[in-house]
Amino acid sequence: MKLRDIAHSRTGDKGDISNISVIAFDEKDFPRIAAYVTPERVKEHFAGVVHGDVVRYAIPSIGALNFVMQKALGGGVTRSLALDAHGKCLASALLDLEIPDGAA
Amino acid sequence: MKTIRIGSGAGYSGDRIEPAVELAESGDIQYLVFECLAERTIAIAQQAKLKDPAKGYDPLLADRMHAVLRLCHDKGIRIITNMGAANPAAGAARVREIARSLGLRNLKIAAVSGDDVLETLKAGDHRIEETGAPVASMANTLVSANAYLGAAPIVEALRNGADVVITGRVADPALFLAPQIHAFGWAMDDWDRLGKGTVVGHLLECAGQITGGYFADPGVKDVAALARLGFPIAEVSEDGSAVITKVEGSGGAVTTATCKEQLLYEIHDPSTYLTPDVVADFSHVTFEQVGTDRVRVSGGTGRARPETLKVSVGYIDSYIGEGQISYAGPGAVERGRLALAIVRERLALTAVQTTELRFDLIGVDSIHGDRVAAAAPEPYEVRVRVTGRADSLKEAVRVGNEVETLYTNGPASGGGATKSAREVVAMLSALLPRTLAKPAVEFLEA
Repeated sequence: MKLRDIAHSRTGDKGDISNISVIAFDEKDFPRIAAYVTPERVKEHFAGVVHGDVVRYAIPSIGALNFVMQKALGGGVTRSLALDAHGKCLASALLDLEIPDGAA
Repeated sequence: MKTIRIGSGAGYSGDRIEPAVELAESGDIQYLVFECLAERTIAIAQQAKLKDPAKGYDPLLADRMHAVLRLCHDKGIRIITNMGAANPAAGAARVREIARSLGLRNLKIAAVSGDDVLETLKAGDHRIEETGAPVASMANTLVSANAYLGAAPIVEALRNGADVVITGRVADPALFLAPQIHAFGWAMDDWDRLGKGTVVGHLLECAGQITGGYFADPGVKDVAALARLGFPIAEVSEDGSAVITKVEGSGGAVTTATCKEQLLYEIHDPSTYLTPDVVADFSHVTFEQVGTDRVRVSGGTGRARPETLKVSVGYIDSYIGEGQISYAGPGAVERGRLALAIVRERLALTAVQTTELRFDLIGVDSIHGDRVAAAAPEPYEVRVRVTGRADSLKEAVRVGNEVETLYTNGPASGGGATKSAREVVAMLSALLPRTLAKPAVEFLEA
C-alpha cells in the first residue's frame, strides 16, 4: 500500500526550507501513519533531494503530521536552478512512500 | 453575536480576477481582501519604482479595481490589499484616478507605508538571518528591505473610514486580521482572539487553495468545476469562531480536507506561527463540516507577539541562463542523455564562466533526481534542460546558446529549442526591533 491510499499532502516553501503535510483521510489511520512515517524515513525517501535535517510536528487534532525539511530547495526558492524551484512536487513524491502491510 | 463576512479576492499577484467580482456580487461580504505580494514581488516592484517614481505598485491593481470598485462602493464593501507593493502612495493615487473615472464619489482611500526599512537596515548593525553576514556588507547589491508590518495601521485606516486600504509589505494574515479587530473591537493584546483571527487569515490568504485549488488528484481527491473555482469567505463571530465557505454555485469545494491542507501550508512549528501581531498556535485547531461547502474552524489561540519584525531583504544575486530542447520516439532518453553530455563538454571547452550548473532530463529526473524516479517506466519523449548561474548576463546567455546549437550539432531530431537569461533578484531575511519600523497612514478622497 502506498501512503497515497490513506493520506493526502501539500508542500509549502520558505527560503531553502520545504514543509510537507501528511494528513490522514480517515483520522483512525493517523496513529499508523504517525508510527510509520518517521522523519528518518522521510529523509531516506528524499536522499539526494533534501540535504538538511528533517523535523516532524504532529497535529493530532486534525490527524496530520508536518515535516520541515532544511536545505531542500536548491539554496532557496528565489535563486534555485531547479525546474520546480518551490519544491511544489515534493508532496506527491512523498505519497509514493510504500507502507508495508501490517505496519503498526 | 455579531458576525462579519470577509472574502479573499486573490491569493497571488497574477491570480484570476473574476472570483473577486463573484464575491462582491453574491458573497454578502463586508470586506474584500486581495493578497498579491509574494516575497520577491516587492523587490521587483522596488526596481520598477527606481526607474519610474509613479510605478512600483502591483501591475494588476488597475484591472482588479476596474473589476470591483463600483460594486464594492455601491454595496459598502471595504477593500484591503497589499497591491501597493513598493509604492502604496502611488497605488492609492491610481485607485483615486479610477474611482473618479468611474464617477464614484465620497470614496476614502488609505495608503499604509513605513514597511520600507532599507535605509534603517543599512545604517544600523544588523545581520542577515540565513548567512550571519552584516547587512552593510551587501550594500552594493541590495535592492529592497521591507518589514512585515502588522494589522495596526490597517485598523487605523478602517477606523478613520477608509473604503480602500492599500498597503505595501504587511504580514499576509494581518490583511484579514485587521477587519476582525476593527469590527469586533478586539484589544491588540487579546492574544487568544488575535490567534484565532490569524488562523482565519492564514486559511484565506491563498484564496483558491482552500476552496479546492492545488488539491485535486483525479480518482483520489476529485474536485468539481475547477475552471470556475470560487474563492473563500470567512464568516467570523465576535468570539473568534469562524466558518469557511464560498459563493453558492461557484466551482470547487470547501471540505475539512481542503482546510487541513491549507492550515499546514507554509507552516513550520504549528504551535508557533510568528506574525507581527501575535504568536499564533495552530496545534489544537479542529475542523467540522457543518454543511455543504461550510467548515467550522475552532481551537486556534495565541500568545504575546514577538519584539522583532521580520524583514524581507531583496538583492541582486546572480544571472541564470537556460536552454531546453526536446527528443521523442524510440531512443529519446538516450539521445537526451547524449545531448546533456555534449553541452556539459561544450561549456567546459568554450570556458563559459558559471558558479553552478544543472543538467536535467525533463520527463525523467528533473524534479526529484534519478534516484526517486529510478523505478518509473521510460517516457516517450524527454526535454533536455541545462541551467547555469553566472556573475554577468553576458555569461549566462552563453549557457542557452550551447543548448540551442544542439539543433545542428547534437543528436538526431532534436526540436523545440528555447533559451533565456535573466537577472536573479533573490531574497534573504533579517530581524528588526519593532520600534525601528514606523507605520504611517495617509488618506486620499475621490
